[in-house]
Amino acid sequence: MSTTKILSAYWHVQDSHTIDVALQQGAYVVAHDVLKGARSPEDVTNEVKKSGLRGRGGAGFPTGMKWGFLPKDNPKPRYLVINADESEPGCFKDRYIIEESPHMLIEGCILASYAINAHDCYIYVRGEFWHQQRILQQAVNDAYAKGYLGDRCFGTDFKLNITVHSGAGAYICGEETALLTSLEGERGYPRLKPPFPATHGLFQCPTVVNNVETIANVPWIVRHGADEYSKIGKYVVGEDGKPKVDSRGTRLFCGSGAVNKPGVHEVPLGMKLIDYIDEYHGGVKGELKGAIPGGSSCPILTADEVRSVEMTYESMVAHGTMFGAGGLIVIDQETSLVWVLHNLLRFYAHESCGQCTPCREGTDWLYKIFSRVLVGKGSEADLQEILDIADNMEGKTICALAAAATMPTRSYIKKFKDEFVSYFVKGGRPVDLRGRYIQSPAMARL
Amino acid sequence: MAYTFSPETQAKFDRLVTRYPQKKAALIPTLWLAQEEIGWLPPEALAHCAAVLDLPPSKAYSVASFYTMFNLKPVGKYKIEVCRTLSCAMCGAFELIAHLEHKLGIRLGETTPDGKFTLMTQECLASCGTGPMLQINGKRYHENLTPGKLDELLASLT
Ligand SMILES: Cc1cc2nc3c(=O)[nH]c(=O)nc-3n(C[C@H](O)[C@H](O)[C@H](O)COP(=O)(O)O)c2cc1C
Ligand code: SF4
Ligand code: FES
Repeated sequence: MSTTKILSAYWHVQDSHTIDVALQQGAYVVAHDVLKGARSPEDVTNEVKKSGLRGRGGAGFPTGMKWGFLPKDNPKPRYLVINADESEPGCFKDRYIIEESPHMLIEGCILASYAINAHDCYIYVRGEFWHQQRILQQAVNDAYAKGYLGDRCFGTDFKLNITVHSGAGAYICGEETALLTSLEGERGYPRLKPPFPATHGLFQCPTVVNNVETIANVPWIVRHGADEYSKIGKYVVGEDGKPKVDSRGTRLFCGSGAVNKPGVHEVPLGMKLIDYIDEYHGGVKGELKGAIPGGSSCPILTADEVRSVEMTYESMVAHGTMFGAGGLIVIDQETSLVWVLHNLLRFYAHESCGQCTPCREGTDWLYKIFSRVLVGKGSEADLQEILDIADNMEGKTICALAAAATMPTRSYIKKFKDEFVSYFVKGGRPVDLRGRYIQSPAMARL
Repeated sequence: MAYTFSPETQAKFDRLVTRYPQKKAALIPTLWLAQEEIGWLPPEALAHCAAVLDLPPSKAYSVASFYTMFNLKPVGKYKIEVCRTLSCAMCGAFELIAHLEHKLGIRLGETTPDGKFTLMTQECLASCGTGPMLQINGKRYHENLTPGKLDELLASLT
């Protein structure tokens, strides 16, 4: 299997975040050539389309297709907005792209802006990334100083300004329409879709929103071509000539929880998940109970599923879950899933923006039920109640946060029914996350 | 008391408004400037941030109150925020919190009587692989913490 590294190719080099190292590693060569006229904007878009690159922010939408959705005849300015909000529990990859190779992201912004004919690009970085914002701002300043950004990028007629914009603490601002509302100086409320950002995005103008990792892949793809990119990962064509498995390229995976060596690794798609855990994370710490493959919003996998699932979009779907943003959280037998769900439901209750009643009330209600169950005061009726509440939330809200809370909840209860029934029914003494009995009620408030 | 930007902050503000086609979009960056200067956002600061962007004061309050990082009340000199979300919780975040509560003699959400430390929790800070962790004053991350390292950290905060 190919071991090509795209995003983390030079992370091991000292001072990899500096422009000098980036240039030694070949950064900006392809952006320079493209802007000088080697490739047309359509050409760049088509290359990305052909590569099969899919969004790394959660939904996995084909990137080239997204760029193609911008209306051709709209006279308004167009914007490229980079989502560096990275707040999904379990995900910590975009921060490393910013910390280790920010120029890869900036070069990707130049190419993507050229492809969609945008002259302003905003990088929305979560407010807590104070350190990362400083690294990124320095990198942007250096790119301006070299003449790669500004009124005449690389001395051509192409104009591009990049602005690093700080959020201020709100998970929901990772949702693309909330991000745009926030960027306009408002409370971070998601907007109803349609209209989509492609036509009514930032300042009501045509806008592309892409994740950091998605865009950081673009220079490599344009430089080496879609055909080379397609050799990485898993791509299988069926008898009907259509792709049966189309999981091309590499992805950054963030392993945490019950693994011996937590961290971020770039691997080609197609590996078995269990092999990845063994090879890159030193195996499971303790005995495997299950794993959340892509961040807290993704349904859970049982131990058997962790052993059978492949790291492809198709295999994840076949197992009823998804890659999300690559946040793999491994759960061991010692860990109580009632506790895990309680911990995550508190997160969603805290992060609901409050616009939609089903989500605002529903997330809070779920959290409250779990708080009661956790201290040993549950009943079997609660399990049904939880599913009823989930029914009343899904598909009835403006954005996907409500489903991000209910889909995992359903999967935990369905796949680990015995554990939940016994905890809910027998109640028993409250345990903490490590399966130990709670000594003081104070522990339950977290 | 009326509040206005210092000359340095004013210069930063003058630069940042040019980055947006609509003035209002500069509101959050402007609130950051004021909080950086004062440490929190008193009503006078909210009013000033709104005024320089031709917005009503209520707009600044409405927006600031949505985001967890804006302090609408004074906080201690060191605002300590410990991540409490799953991955960190699995590797000792609660022990860290208990240790901090014990050492500082306060509970979550409180400030020490000398105004030095405020203790809070935070949701996932994208350090799940390097937990347990905390952030101080919305700036530096302190990762891979143990009670011992935490004691050293506290001692270094003067
Ligand atoms: C509740 C919620 C939170 C999200 N958080 C993030 C995030 O932190 N970072 C991100 O890139 N995308 C996030 N997304 C996905 C974005 O809405 C959007 O799909 C993505 O930024 C598009 O970029 P991509 O096509 O390159 O993946 C979130 C979505 C939802 C519903
Ligand atoms: S679903 Fe929840 S987070 Fe999304 S807009 Fe509605 S209330 Fe806000
Ligand atoms: S869970 Fe603590 S940083 Fe992600």
